[in-house]
Formats: sequence, C-alpha cells, structure tokens
Amino acid sequence: MADAYVVGVDMIKFGRFPEKSVPQLGSEAALLALDDCGLTIHDMQALYCGNLGQASGMVGQRILQEIGQTGIPVVNVANACATGATAFREAWASVKADLYDVVLAVGVEQMGRGLLGGGGGSRGISKEGLLGSGTMPSVFAEAGMEHTRQYGTTFEQFAKVSVKNHHHSTMNAKAMYQIETPLETVMNAEMISYPNTKLMCSVNVDGSAAAVIASERKARELGLMDRAIKVRASVLTSDPWQERDLVMPDVNTCTRKAAAAAYEMAGVGPDDIDLIELHDCFATAEILHYENLGLCEDGEAGRLIDDGEVALGGRIPVNVSGGLLSKGHPLGATGIANIYEVSTHLRGAAGQRQVEGARIGLTHVIGLGSACGIHILEKAA
Amino acid sequence: MADRPLPAVSHLKIPDEGDPYLEGSRCGVCGATFLGARHNCSKCGARGKMQTVQLSNKGELYSYCIVHRSFPGIDVPYVSAIVDLEGGGTVKGNLIDVEPDPAKIDFGMPVDVVYDDALGRKDADGNSYLSYFFKPRTQ
Repeated sequence: MADAYVVGVDMIKFGRFPEKSVPQLGSEAALLALDDCGLTIHDMQALYCGNLGQASGMVGQRILQEIGQTGIPVVNVANACATGATAFREAWASVKADLYDVVLAVGVEQMGRGLLGGGGGSRGISKEGLLGSGTMPSVFAEAGMEHTRQYGTTFEQFAKVSVKNHHHSTMNAKAMYQIETPLETVMNAEMISYPNTKLMCSVNVDGSAAAVIASERKARELGLMDRAIKVRASVLTSDPWQERDLVMPDVNTCTRKAAAAAYEMAGVGPDDIDLIELHDCFATAEILHYENLGLCEDGEAGRLIDDGEVALGGRIPVNVSGGLLSKGHPLGATGIANIYEVSTHLRGAAGQRQVEGARIGLTHVIGLGSACGIHILEKAA
Repeated sequence: MADRPLPAVSHLKIPDEGDPYLEGSRCGVCGATFLGARHNCSKCGARGKMQTVQLSNKGELYSYCIVHRSFPGIDVPYVSAIVDLEGGGTVKGNLIDVEPDPAKIDFGMPVDVVYDDALGRKDADGNSYLSYFFKPRTQ
C-alpha cells in the first residue's frame, strides 16, 4: 500500500469558549487545517470527526453545516480520550485503502470544569467515597502508586513532570496556560488525590484540531510534498485482560502492545524518535509511559525525569507543547492536537520550543476503558 | 422499603443466615477470577464455564491513593484502596482505621474485608445499604 501523508494540520488555541457551539469550534480547526495546505472543503472526499461529549449528535455533519455541505461521507467517532487519534486513524486508513485521495479529520471537545469520573449513577446509592474513588485523579493516582510500589517513585518525581510540562507551555501560544510552576508550587498546590495535586491534573478546556490526509499521488499532484508529514505507523489497541482490570484500569499493557506494533510498523525503535507527545492526563501517568513507550528500562522513569532527559534540550523531549497538563485536554481534540505538535516540529516551525533537527516523532493517547492510539510521523523526504 | 439493608453492590451477598460475603466467578478453563456473576470468560474466551465462588475476606493492599477532593457531601480525606484477595479477586474500597498519610500506609499490608452500614447513605426510597470496607489486620 502507498503511504499516506498529513498535508495540512492545525489547532485552535485551547481555552474556554462557552459562547461557541461544538460544531463551531470544530469548524475553526477544520478551516485552519485546510488553509494550512491551501485546499477547501470542496477538495475533501470524506470527513472523520472525533467528539465525545455529543457522541450521538452528528457533530461531523454539523461542522459541514458550518463550512460547506458537500455531501461527502461523514463518520463520527467516539473512543474516550483516544477519540481524536481514532478519527485520525480512520481517515488515514481510508487513504491507505485507496478509498479516497484526500480526507479531513477533525477532533473537537467542549468541556465543563471539575472532576471527571466517579459517577456511575446506576441504581441504589452513590459508590464514590464508599467503595474507594472512581474520579480520574484517583484512578491515575492509584496507577502511579503502583509504580511507587514497584520502583519507589516519589511524589517529588511525579511533580517534576508538571514543572517540566508547564515550563514547555510558556513557549506555546496555543496552550491554555503560559505559566511557570516551580516544584514547590506544584507540590504545595491543593492535593486532589495523593500523589496528584491540582497542578498535576490535566486542564479541562475547549479545543479543536484538524488534519488533512492525502495519498502520496495526490500530495505530489497538489505540490504539497515539501510540507508533508509521512504517517509511518498508526496503531490502535484495546486493553488485554489483566487480573485487576475490574477495579484498576490498566493503561500500561495496551500502551506497550501499541508501542511494539507501532515501532515494528515504522521499522524504527525508541532510540530513533526525536520527540514525543504522550498522554499526560495526570503527572503520574507520564512517568508510566516513559517505560511503556520504551524510552528507558522498567524502573528508570524516575531517573529520566530527575536527569532532565525528557525536557526540551534533553535526550528525548516529551510533551514540549505543554502536554495535557498545561496545553489542556479537550478529550476529542487531544489526539489530533498531538499530531499537530509533532508535525510542527518536523516542519521546523515550532519557534522557541523547536526540538532541533527533529526528524521522527511519536504521539500517544489513552482512552480509559480502554483504547490506546499511537502514531509515528516523519518529515517527508 | 426493604426491612433490612440492601447490598451496596450486586457482588456483595447477604445470606438469610450467616455472614455477608463477596461473590465472584472463576473460569473453569483458565482460572481467571471476576467479581459477581457472568457467563463468559474475557481472559480466555471460554463460554459457559464460569463457577460461582465465595471470595476471601482476607487480602493485602496492592495500591491506593488518598482522596482530598471529591464531590459535595463526601467526607475527605479518605484512602481509596485496591486490595488483592487471598485465593483470587481484586476489589476496590475505602481503607478505614488508618491515618490518611502515605507514611502510615504500607504496600502489601494485610487487611480484612469488613461489612458495615454504607456510611448512612440511603436511596430515593429510604432503603439502607450494607457495604464493605478494608481494615488493617491486627495479628
């Protein structure tokens, strides 16, 4: 099968836009991505739209109602926090399968504020605070404490992830926040679920991101290869059975499985990757994924953050966009926003936060429930 | 309204006589343990081979977090705990009778599953509920 390329990609600045509708937010990113490659909605042969909050609301069609009802097929996708990556992957697959030459993928979300998870309002009484906690900060705190149990990872090491990602986002105008958060500030912030303080939880924001994906033939025909990003791997996994599954969502196994498949598909290893945007929904989660993605041996993740290897300028910069912790996490948009970030570095257009000489990058998301999406991207030769 | 407490979750069983317990199912083919009743095994895919088992009231702390922010009306801080039961099965619940301080909580510490009123919570019909909790085991 011929390769598929990202030829246009962009995101809106993440923030809070209660006055806008979900389709309006999605259409903003769609138009930005189309402008990025000089195409119009009339050039698109299909739309793959990722949104979680209005999963039954035909968001893709409503985006076309904002920017051009051309009658193309629309697929609406929901896959928890892997929603955007899944929409992107479906778009990519349709081009790989030679169904279409050029398609659009959009991810969009409008979020409320406050704690996610912990609902489960079935019959009877609320179980939150009775049978432990099902909030997302708690679930990922427990996943982090499993790492503490195994390797002695400390509260301070988890907190350093947040210091790093907030620092990175001071260089990203499209991030929700551009604020330095020193270690003491992170550790002394309101404790939500130990070991995650408020500054170690991703920010609920509204946002959208979009990508135009084209076949090699089409990209060449349009003269877009100089800005094109080759999709070298696209992998989606669900969670294999684990003994603690029912009470402890396992974000590790599905990531490891996806990483192994993605490295194999791309014909590269972790040492070949120049930058990574991974799913730091909580500071604890980022630590786990250093090992899950093979950036270091098991048990070495604490050292990686201590030594600065994952900071901009380090051996393998992680979340130079600011990550979900500071750029923000609009669930359905996150997967495509990651692809925008990595693509921008591969194009050498990331400004102050540019990872110098970046040639290959990796994006990773996890949707609890669970889904893991990984993409490996490379600047077209 | 029921004349006695209802179980907070369906895998908590309250027999007419004898003590409450947690019920699971075990796959007769691969041995995987699940909470509550089910038909098929999601570990090995075996169909119709599930056996009902009574889960142990003894276990050890696998992981936990300390919840400081929750929804209105929920008392904080408290310890949300993941406990591996002897003989199989992992359950989640509140770890009680312990200071909510990481320095006072040890991974692998032995705990007992104990049964008590569901913190006074009642449903819309006024029914009371029985729930389970984890308590550090004192030898």
